[in-house]
Amino acid sequence: MNEKHYLILLVENNAGVLTRISSLFCQRGFNIDTLTVASTDNPNISRITVSCFGDETVYEQIMSQTEKLIETKQVISIEPEHAVLRELLLVKVETDSDNVDEVVRTAAHHHFRIVDSHKGYMVLETSGSPEKIERMLALLKPFKIVEMCRTGATALEKGKVNYDLDN
Amino acid sequence: MTLNGSEILVKVLLEEGVDTVFGYPGGCVLNIYDELYKSSDKIRHIMTAHEQGAAHAADGYARATGRTGVCIATSGPGATNLVTGLATAYMDSVPMVAITGNVPNSLIGRDSFQEVYITGITMPITKHNFFVNDVNQLADTLRRAFEIAHTGRFGPVHVDITKDVTAALCEYTPPTAEKKAQKPVEYDNLEEIAEVINSAERPFVYCGGGIRLSGAEEEVQRLIAKADIPASYTLMAAGVLGYGDRNNLGLLGMHGMYSGNKAIFNSDVMIALGTRFSDRVALNGKNFCKNSKIIHIDIAKSEIGKNVPCEYSVNGDIKDVLTKLLPLIKEQKREKWHADIDEWKKHDHVPVDVPEDSHELKPHQIIRETCKMAGEDAIYVTDVGQHQMWAAQYISHVKPNSFLTSGGLGTMGYGYGAAIGATIATEGTRPVIHFTGDGSFHMNLNEACTAVSYNVPVITVIMNNQVLGMVHQWQQFFYGRRFSSSEPERATNYKAVAEGFGAKGYHCETLAEYKAALAEALKANGPVWIECLIDRFENVYPMIPGGKTVEDTIINNPEEAGK
Repeated sequence: MNEKHYLILLVENNAGVLTRISSLFCQRGFNIDTLTVASTDNPNISRITVSCFGDETVYEQIMSQTEKLIETKQVISIEPEHAVLRELLLVKVETDSDNVDEVVRTAAHHHFRIVDSHKGYMVLETSGSPEKIERMLALLKPFKIVEMCRTGATALEKGKVNYDLDN
Repeated sequence: MTLNGSEILVKVLLEEGVDTVFGYPGGCVLNIYDELYKSSDKIRHIMTAHEQGAAHAADGYARATGRTGVCIATSGPGATNLVTGLATAYMDSVPMVAITGNVPNSLIGRDSFQEVYITGITMPITKHNFFVNDVNQLADTLRRAFEIAHTGRFGPVHVDITKDVTAALCEYTPPTAEKKAQKPVEYDNLEEIAEVINSAERPFVYCGGGIRLSGAEEEVQRLIAKADIPASYTLMAAGVLGYGDRNNLGLLGMHGMYSGNKAIFNSDVMIALGTRFSDRVALNGKNFCKNSKIIHIDIAKSEIGKNVPCEYSVNGDIKDVLTKLLPLIKEQKREKWHADIDEWKKHDHVPVDVPEDSHELKPHQIIRETCKMAGEDAIYVTDVGQHQMWAAQYISHVKPNSFLTSGGLGTMGYGYGAAIGATIATEGTRPVIHFTGDGSFHMNLNEACTAVSYNVPVITVIMNNQVLGMVHQWQQFFYGRRFSSSEPERATNYKAVAEGFGAKGYHCETLAEYKAALAEALKANGPVWIECLIDRFENVYPMIPGGKTVEDTIINNPEEAGK
């Protein structure tokens, strides 16, 4: 089954570590769907959230191949129902005197934030689970989307912390 | 004490017990070479003809001794010339540290003369790599490199150092931290695994190179003897099983023994030790031993289930796992299973001997005579191709860590550098025989100059069949005898070339001539080449075509191919 999987990688915050991770995925033929990375409260550690497609065997390989990297401290597999998954969406829509009210109304009704309005263009922002982002994007179908970007999911597990970097 | 980067580098090499490095000087490593000059009483530097030779020599040094091999090259082309050697070592889990110089910090990223982004290139072919542009990081980075190369699953580590770092001063502090003691590991499924083995009717042990790296030869032999389990070995594990042991069924895989391949295929329980189910053994991953319960023991978790799924797995050091497993294994005899295997053995390919004065020189006779004459202590090094398979099939006795071959990457041209490294590592105390073919040897025969410079007594046996034998064999079997670019019609006079380099050369057309040449070569104290003329249609048998199973084995007749 080609399912979507999420995993969290805690890696040393070194130059080149992201290249190493993405090079490994490419080398082994794993498909990354989304990837987010940033440093954490521990300045020596970066946290990467990856979503990818593959069957269970492929997913286990991704886990163990990533664990093999020297700079990887821990790899955590997460189940979406036991985690808070969030991503950010920014959408730029074209507006004119005919539709500007409709855009504003849709935005207000569905809790988009209007973060910029500039000479016939409006930038809307929202955040939420990847599923919510899909739904929100669909709501904007009636308008002309000229540019969009989304960050890909970043995630925290619910409840207690399941890793120990001192180990 | 305040030292410059090059002095620190040499200090760390000495801390790590390095006595020999292989390399080639150049602009960005001038400071390092200056320090090597001053420390030449402590560290011997072997300058090769080409950086690739240095990388293979460091690899040969490591495989023959178990210690970490070290090679050094300059920036740009020097560094890129190491690439094949690093990839070779990576595929076969060889502990190595490769040090390259790079351009000064101020010139990095400006396409400077002899600049290349080498850490980007070596990333996927090393266990890890480092770029050092701050002298304060140098000592610890190098120490870490040695640690990574020689712990867990071994592998090559590359350290790229900018030229300023090799000159910059910093405070050198000798290592303080004691190496962390390994925590004892507990395995929770050994009793279950023992029960599976004890109740098996047709068990089989599939031996991989990890046994050698773990030093677990004795434990494996005890397991096989105690539970009376037949076993075969991969190319990387030649020498781990006792020769003359009834349970040793020889080489496994594409050119392995028919009986061994048949036995593994018909086993009900298969114990895979330190192996990665490569496509040269598990030629068809989906059908490989599909009726067998597979127990996979390996130090690398990433190998478990990578190519072939298994029912039971243990992630750990083989020596440690087997030491704990052995007391749980029941002593028994398996006569019925042996009777089946004895039947299959009747179909094994048996090469036909020719008389000693026949002008039809046979590879298996060359190899067997070599083993007899070179003795049990010999180290065998091969290049890649038909001669490599013949060597693996017909070497009649070899000690652990004494069959050096590029198994994973299959690097033609590996042999000469590796043989030089192995001979230097063992100080010429053991005969080193380098089997090669005319194709492989032409790739790096220039290392003859290194063997002459340092008076390295490597004996190179060139099986000259005038063609690229393995390619030729595939073209004969599967490409309608269209010998595309595999019959180069070279006119190399090996004896003359050897002599031109300052080495000794022999040309042999009969086994008697070969024996006479080898006897002289074994007494020589410098490099010797012995060219043996082989028929171009001398093929490697048996053969299981890629993607097929033992049922498709070509025993000794090319007409069977493609059926």
